[in-house]
Amino acid sequence: MLEIKELHKSYPIGDSSLHVLKGINLSVKQGEMVAIMGSSGSGKSTLLNIIGMLDQADSGEYILDGLLIKNLTEKKAALYRNKFLGFIFQSFNLINYKNALENVALPLYYQGMKRKDRQELAMFHLEKVGLVDWAHHLPKELSGGQNQRVAIARALAANPKLLLADEPTGALDMNTSYEIMEFIQQLNDEGKTILMVTHEDDIAHMCKRIVRLRDGVIMEDSKIDQVRAKKNV
Amino acid sequence: MFDLDIWREIFQSINKNKTRAILTGFTVVFAIMLFTILFGIANGLENTFKKLFLRTADNAITLYTGTTSKPYRGLQIGRRIFLNNEDLDFIKSEFGSQIEYISGTLTRNYNLRNAKKKGDFTVMGVGPDYQYSEKAEIIDGRFINLKDYNNKDKILVIGRLVEDDLFERESAVSKYIDLEGVQYKVVGVFSDNGGDSQERMVYAPTTTIQKLYTGNKKLDRIVITYNPKLTVDQALVLVDKITLKLKNKYNIAPNDQRALRTGNRILTEKKRLDNISSSLGILIPIIGFGTLIAGILGISNIMIFIVKERTKEIGIRKALGASPKSIVLIILLESIVITTFTGYIGLLIGVGALQAIGSSLERYFITDPGVNLSIVFSATIVLIFAGTIAGFLPAKKASKIKPIIALRNG
Repeated sequence: MLEIKELHKSYPIGDSSLHVLKGINLSVKQGEMVAIMGSSGSGKSTLLNIIGMLDQADSGEYILDGLLIKNLTEKKAALYRNKFLGFIFQSFNLINYKNALENVALPLYYQGMKRKDRQELAMFHLEKVGLVDWAHHLPKELSGGQNQRVAIARALAANPKLLLADEPTGALDMNTSYEIMEFIQQLNDEGKTILMVTHEDDIAHMCKRIVRLRDGVIMEDSKIDQVRAKKNV
Repeated sequence: MFDLDIWREIFQSINKNKTRAILTGFTVVFAIMLFTILFGIANGLENTFKKLFLRTADNAITLYTGTTSKPYRGLQIGRRIFLNNEDLDFIKSEFGSQIEYISGTLTRNYNLRNAKKKGDFTVMGVGPDYQYSEKAEIIDGRFINLKDYNNKDKILVIGRLVEDDLFERESAVSKYIDLEGVQYKVVGVFSDNGGDSQERMVYAPTTTIQKLYTGNKKLDRIVITYNPKLTVDQALVLVDKITLKLKNKYNIAPNDQRALRTGNRILTEKKRLDNISSSLGILIPIIGFGTLIAGILGISNIMIFIVKERTKEIGIRKALGASPKSIVLIILLESIVITTFTGYIGLLIGVGALQAIGSSLERYFITDPGVNLSIVFSATIVLIFAGTIAGFLPAKKASKIKPIIALRNG
């Protein structure tokens, strides 16, 4: 599913540069649920951004579903993101003047789907996250948990191969966090591959595998016994 | 390809971000409104100048004769040409309503005297119409009338300074003046703003001068005042036609410049008018250009602001698969839609304001302020175009923003 070899990335800071990723090797199979952990500055977000094609690596190899991701043009990156990836952000990143339904339908719009079809499909995904009744509400009229569920529905809408979550519970209280994690676990149960950046141990243990980063290298990569979120709610 | 979805996106964006749209729109409304009003006022100024100069411009044409300089129809060079009284009727019958006033003149210098004083003065034989051609203002008595003219009466109308010279402080009307041994009755005194020499003139009926002194019907000059409704160009055509008719009548070669000449101020006035028009013609584009530049700068600023404000949205859209092209497109189309719509509103307000001003500013030299709609339309198009370019650079920059950077702030 996902194959990363000797990935390097550095950011220029003034005259010098900050070496953020120092040779990452990572392989993720279909259906895995991986938590990437590490203190801030460990390079975990940078790694996720490169995997999400929001950023490009300086060197190394990145293969997604058999496709070598390298030297992408902006246009191609946009196409791949739309086709292969679904994003869930800590701050939801919904468009504030669009209602829930329109937000969920947006990736479908960029796929060139017809208006009627994408509204139908968006409604289907909203139903999945239990927000049909809130379809015509604006983000500011929804709670944090509801907004994150809209964001999950949006990430799912384009039926991506890989779901990327950047601290998905970072802005939520514990109960809501577990609710969201329950959803994400369900999606994984249905076969979605999920990659998640988090610094919370309990959240990380709801995944099936934990990758620990420190100073741009993988310190630890181990499979764990998944803690089901449902019990904790 | 007409993509309904993209328009839906744009109208939603405008509709849901009214403050932003109004802010952009206001700049455009203001720029186009100012452009229209300033342009209209400048045009009003030009109208005033045109009117003013045509009013003071003497619409008199003077015809006078000399000797032929070209042989024509078997006639030799050097023939002296004289106009006479019949030519007045001839011109009147040929050109009718195009001519307002016409009179023949004869100018001689005579010694004038009364009981107390004497002096040499220029006596001009004129017709009753001459008062209007010269714009002489009667301050006492009356001007020569048709009856005087037809009866060849021995009467005079004298200038204000002649009255001063010959009659000192007394009124000259009804008193007599001796002109080469013949007694003339003074019937009127005039003033003329043309200067002292004009006010030293003495007018008598042409017919009287002809009868008593020249013994024929010859005239020195014919002074014609053309219908003031004629434009400068029409008046010039009229002058050409009159000279051609007379040249034909007197067997003068059409290209003979000496035998029959015209003195008119139309040409020189026209030149002066053209000069003023051309300086206004420079001023007006400067005004327009300045307003447009201000508008363009305003739009550029707002476009930069809009792009900045939408950075996060752009980041989200890009993360969800929007191509850079589609980002540029929505930003530009939104700005074009707003500019077009509000440009039109500005145009309406501006034209409305000009109409409201109407004639109320006439004493500030603004007559009939108005604009050529096509100019304002072009200005709006220029503004849209400039706004597009101004918006294009930030939009292009925005489309290049890495989604992570856009998403990080917020």
